[in-house]
Amino acid sequence: MISKMAIAIFLVATSAMGTGVRAELLGDAARGEALFRECSSCHQVGAEATNRVGPHLNDIFGRKAGSVEGFRYSKGLARMGADGLVWSFDTLDAYVENPKALVSDTRMSYRGMKDEADRADLLAYLRGFSASPANIPESQPTARASEVELSPETLAIVGDKAYGEYLSSECLTCHQRSGANEGIPGIVGWPIEDFVIAMHAYKRQIRPHPVMQMMAGRLSDEEIAALAAYFEGLE
Amino acid sequence: MKLNRRAFIGTGVAAAAALQAPMVWSQGRARVVVIGGGAGGATVARYLAKDSQGQIDVTLVEPTRHYYTCFFSNLYIGGFRDIASIGHSYGTLAAEYGINVVHDWAVGVDRDAKTVTLAGGAVLPYDRLVLSPGIDFVDGSVPGWDVSVQHKMPHAYKAGSQSELLKAQIEAMPQGGRFAMVAPPNPFRCPPGPYERISMVAHLLTQVNPTAKILLVDPKEQFSKQALFEEGWQKHYGGMIERIGPDFGGDKVEVRADTMEVVIDGTAEKVDVCNVIPGQKAGRICEIAGVTDGNWAPVTGFTMQSRIDPTVYVLGDATAQGDMPKSGYSANSQAKVAAMAIRGELLGSSVFPAKFSNTCWSLIAPEDGVKVGAAYEPTEEKIASVSSFISQTGEDAALRKQTYEESLGWYAGITSDMFG
Repeated sequence: MISKMAIAIFLVATSAMGTGVRAELLGDAARGEALFRECSSCHQVGAEATNRVGPHLNDIFGRKAGSVEGFRYSKGLARMGADGLVWSFDTLDAYVENPKALVSDTRMSYRGMKDEADRADLLAYLRGFSASPANIPESQPTARASEVELSPETLAIVGDKAYGEYLSSECLTCHQRSGANEGIPGIVGWPIEDFVIAMHAYKRQIRPHPVMQMMAGRLSDEEIAALAAYFEGLE
Repeated sequence: MKLNRRAFIGTGVAAAAALQAPMVWSQGRARVVVIGGGAGGATVARYLAKDSQGQIDVTLVEPTRHYYTCFFSNLYIGGFRDIASIGHSYGTLAAEYGINVVHDWAVGVDRDAKTVTLAGGAVLPYDRLVLSPGIDFVDGSVPGWDVSVQHKMPHAYKAGSQSELLKAQIEAMPQGGRFAMVAPPNPFRCPPGPYERISMVAHLLTQVNPTAKILLVDPKEQFSKQALFEEGWQKHYGGMIERIGPDFGGDKVEVRADTMEVVIDGTAEKVDVCNVIPGQKAGRICEIAGVTDGNWAPVTGFTMQSRIDPTVYVLGDATAQGDMPKSGYSANSQAKVAAMAIRGELLGSSVFPAKFSNTCWSLIAPEDGVKVGAAYEPTEEKIASVSSFISQTGEDAALRKQTYEESLGWYAGITSDMFG
């Protein structure tokens, strides 16, 4: 008992949270504020912002391109919006890097911000002028997910019981421990292979269902295997 | 698209905690006191008791003997649930999990002595303290409203008798009468909550008072699931609901309870029912315990420890919770991270990377359910959202029905998770 606990502590201590990258905010908003000076001759943000040479950039994250009322956009940008372009971290990053790459006839005469980290910081600053996910949960993310790979020793020692049980706590709010089947299918006692196949189908977004795609998308193959073993073992 | 920042970030609080040897307890068992028995508190108490092999003595302090969930209370107002079906007993936590359930109010916390003082006079010692008290209302948030008039203008934003009162008032409205809601400013518990309530009130009124009108006075320009609610209101309740946002004085509101008036930017509107949802802050025990900064209790997302005192954990609505919305689902998600961290600190058990999620389901009309959700991970600065999803306008009826049925499964699941 003691040696197992000691090993677990040792492994957790040495591997901390495992190898890999922890979740990070999209950029350094404080640095981004200084970078915004390049933009502020045409664009405003904040409480008193109005349209100038360029539209104001409040609430830009999640906004359809070309949609600020009262601003005269180029035909190209308006068409992009109609085609479904929505401003997100990725689309804004491409536009700020080189506006013409996204919209050929854009009236934004800006040669582009070439440094990737600068753009990330700038966009992190801009993100603060769009709705917070705390108030509007559907609004754009503010961080990139972590990519943690637990060391094999950790997985082996913990086995499926402790790790599967910890992971399962997230599942058990909806998939009841009792195996009940009302509105949300029961998963207790599922054969391992069926469980793994289903979760991979969600992870690859073959199976529709946004909640399950999100849950499966954050799990590594080893974690899915640990969960499959855990749930198969439940009665 | 990847950022070029692949440096492995060193140890965080959780790993530091795991580096300590498990504590030795002179009394035999480590003691955790949990204040608040809702989605955060009941869940953390149950998980601590369930997963500690009897090595942690868990006390749960909760004033109500029977807990009515705020989530799904809108469905009760709309007539989709009866009040008993959203009420839950603490008997299973007491009898089957060995949790010391104490029905009393915590009125004092001495963090140096590590004690909690109860209204009845008892003093509870703790090794670790969890605060999950939900919200209290900000004094003066809506001029003219305070607790002394909550029977005339209910908030129904803490469930139970206030929910029953509001529903009874709606049912007693004169034909063609007017229901008003004063919606809260950000941040508040349950971002879609007021708008689901508007939907449920509209549904109830179409059954019993179809010529009645609804006035929604809102200090905010935007709200969660706005496009979905507006589509649904138009489709199901066309013409019944009027929203006055900040452009038209929705942020300059006072109420007069004696005359049942809502004054919007100087213009008085007489109404028959007025649901005032005031601005909110952490449940007051957090302020008393000295773990608030402004209105909320700051925490580190890796463990849910208070940033002010690492022997205190704070969960749910009371926290400055970064990108997570204030919801029952969030509190339940945070409770599991906290339980794991506390067991790691007290017993040396494994502590894995914290992950959080939230999903909010809202019912717009019978079998027309929508949802929004996101995944979150802790960073040094805050708990940050990493991905999200939301129902789409124009979805077919079958999907909306399934979304609603899913919410029923979630409710059964989370209440079992909380109460055993």
